[in-house]
Amino acid sequence: MARAVTSRRKLINTTAAWAVGLLIFFPILWTILTSFKTEAQAIAAPPLFLNFDWTLENYGVVMERSNYARFLWNSILIAGGSTILGLLVAVPAAWSMAFVPSRRTKDILLWMLSTKMLPAVGVLYPIYLLFIQLGLLDSRAGLIIVMMLINLPIIVWMLYTYFREIPVDILEAARMDGASLKSEILYVLTPMAIPGIASTMLLNFILAWNEAFWTLNLTSVNAAPLTAFIASYSSPEGLFFAKLSAASTMAIAPILILGWFSQKQLVRGLTFGAVK
Amino acid sequence: MSIRTALRATSALVLCAIATTASAQDTTITIATVNNGDMIRMQGYTDTFTAQTGINVEWVTLEENVLRQRVTTDITTNGGQFDIMTIGMYETPIWGANGWLVPLNDLSAEYDVDDILPAMRNGLSHDGTLYAAPFYGESSMVMYRTDLMEAAGLEMPTAPTWQFIREAAAAMDDPADDINGICLRGKAGWGEGGAFITVTGNSFGARWFDEEWNAQFDQPEWAEAVNFYVNLMNDYGPQGYATNGFNENLSLFQQGKCGMWIDATVAASFVTNADSTVAEHVGFALAPNAEGVEKRANWLWAWALAIPAGTQQEGAAKQFIEWATSKDYIELVAANEGWANVPPGARTSLYETPEYQAVPFAQMTLDSINAADPNNPTVDPVPYVGIQFVAIPEFAGMATEVSQEFSAAYAGQQTVEEALAKAQAIATETMEAAGYR
Repeated sequence: MARAVTSRRKLINTTAAWAVGLLIFFPILWTILTSFKTEAQAIAAPPLFLNFDWTLENYGVVMERSNYARFLWNSILIAGGSTILGLLVAVPAAWSMAFVPSRRTKDILLWMLSTKMLPAVGVLYPIYLLFIQLGLLDSRAGLIIVMMLINLPIIVWMLYTYFREIPVDILEAARMDGASLKSEILYVLTPMAIPGIASTMLLNFILAWNEAFWTLNLTSVNAAPLTAFIASYSSPEGLFFAKLSAASTMAIAPILILGWFSQKQLVRGLTFGAVK
Repeated sequence: MSIRTALRATSALVLCAIATTASAQDTTITIATVNNGDMIRMQGYTDTFTAQTGINVEWVTLEENVLRQRVTTDITTNGGQFDIMTIGMYETPIWGANGWLVPLNDLSAEYDVDDILPAMRNGLSHDGTLYAAPFYGESSMVMYRTDLMEAAGLEMPTAPTWQFIREAAAAMDDPADDINGICLRGKAGWGEGGAFITVTGNSFGARWFDEEWNAQFDQPEWAEAVNFYVNLMNDYGPQGYATNGFNENLSLFQQGKCGMWIDATVAASFVTNADSTVAEHVGFALAPNAEGVEKRANWLWAWALAIPAGTQQEGAAKQFIEWATSKDYIELVAANEGWANVPPGARTSLYETPEYQAVPFAQMTLDSINAADPNNPTVDPVPYVGIQFVAIPEFAGMATEVSQEFSAAYAGQQTVEEALAKAQAIATETMEAAGYR
């Protein structure tokens, strides 16, 4: 009897999980499907699901009109650069907060997070003016720094959570064996925290890849990433939904593939410490 | 990953980023523009310009609202990211007055600045100085299904009234066949539903402000205009019209689901092209007015090319503007893609070209543009310039809020009277805060 109830519950849970998963994924699926339609089919009512003449024409037009490789390269540089730079700053910061906390550590953590509560547009002008002064407008280096700073609170918080799970006794044992601070972080802490660091890295990479406010406002030609590439196909006066969908699919494909292959690490990282 | 590897990777990425940025180039101008058919077509001909002048062109194409925010930030901070900006009739006189744009008062004789349609030239000038050259211009007009009108036994006048439009909508409305009598914009946004309800208001004699900058939404003309619109759309419009903008209505019309559509003249080429299932059955008429009111519900707009003050490439930018808005460019497009695809509404000579006169919507577009007067948008005098907008910096934010209230009324979330009361409060508060009163 108990087994029957368990099986039924499992079936219900599985069905519900699939239903929610499909619901969340549906907009992406629809975008991908629309990218293979003609503009007329894209706006057909009732909507066409699979029964249309599949075409690659939109991808051809997008590739012809835009320098996709340049946008992609910029996205990789900005997301990758800001992630690595962020980790270099966040690992020592999270280490000190987790293992050498002071009376104000909790306050500092909250203060860091509070910077995420400010609407980005509120600091657009100061940052824009700063970028003009420093000659960083439309530069990848400038974007890497901004992306790093934007995501730093999240990286520190995530790493802090992981580091707190590591028994301090192990670090003390390493110290007793004569490990220096550098050796302690490099050879004891980091290997133990690798799953956490990996998932933090992945999440930060995805956040930086998808960020659309600063990347649109601080770039024009040279440093414009894939978010600018998508924006160039959005039009309030003219039906270009199929082309916009093709551009969107091309922009999200790399990150979708990365997410697919690293989903175990991502899930593990995001649920780490949730259940104790 | 070790710290050393991470450091190496970061250094490599940053160096790579810097190295690839610093590539030597000849004269290159950067143009910020919107994504629409005419602008995309122009990008396709850039190589011709480069071949003629040796000037390279980089395009930054953005969605309209993103573009506005982007170029506004850049021009107000003297960021110098763009050598040419695509801006509209709303921004041009304001930015020109602020000294943010390079005056275009020294264009060459061959360019023939007097050939630009007077309505466009006035709308893109401040104190008689031209600050932006129109790439294309538009007004708004009625697009209707000739086959449905014929079946209904009606004939569309060249200059219909709103009362006739309602009668025609009732006659063509056929829910069983999924045909709406009329499709109109209802979507929130000053350039979307906000623009449409403003010109509708004009055609009922309403105005945003009196000569002392007092908000006028509490006047009977506004109540009459908005109630007429809501009743018309509730009776004969599509479901969910409160969220329909230009694209949604274009889609409905192209699929044969609208008897009439009143919108931008630039839509005429879309509803008569190969994507439209009703291309053979589209007629055009002037935008309507209420009986006894002299002003019609047609707007005036232009997408124009302007040079931000402070650009390092003023000469090259002017060369590009002269090329892109010239008679020669129009002929270049016509030769390659046909006269129906040339950028409309900018030059008088275009409408004198016999080949273009044969395009079915050409004359009605010109008549609609000529019927628009930005200095006298409505019946009573106003202290502002602009037909579907009020050319003051505060308008975009204020009108977006007002149009949100109207859209809420269209969606049945509040009454028209409540929406008008809120609009009155928003407009009054904005004017007081900005020091107009």
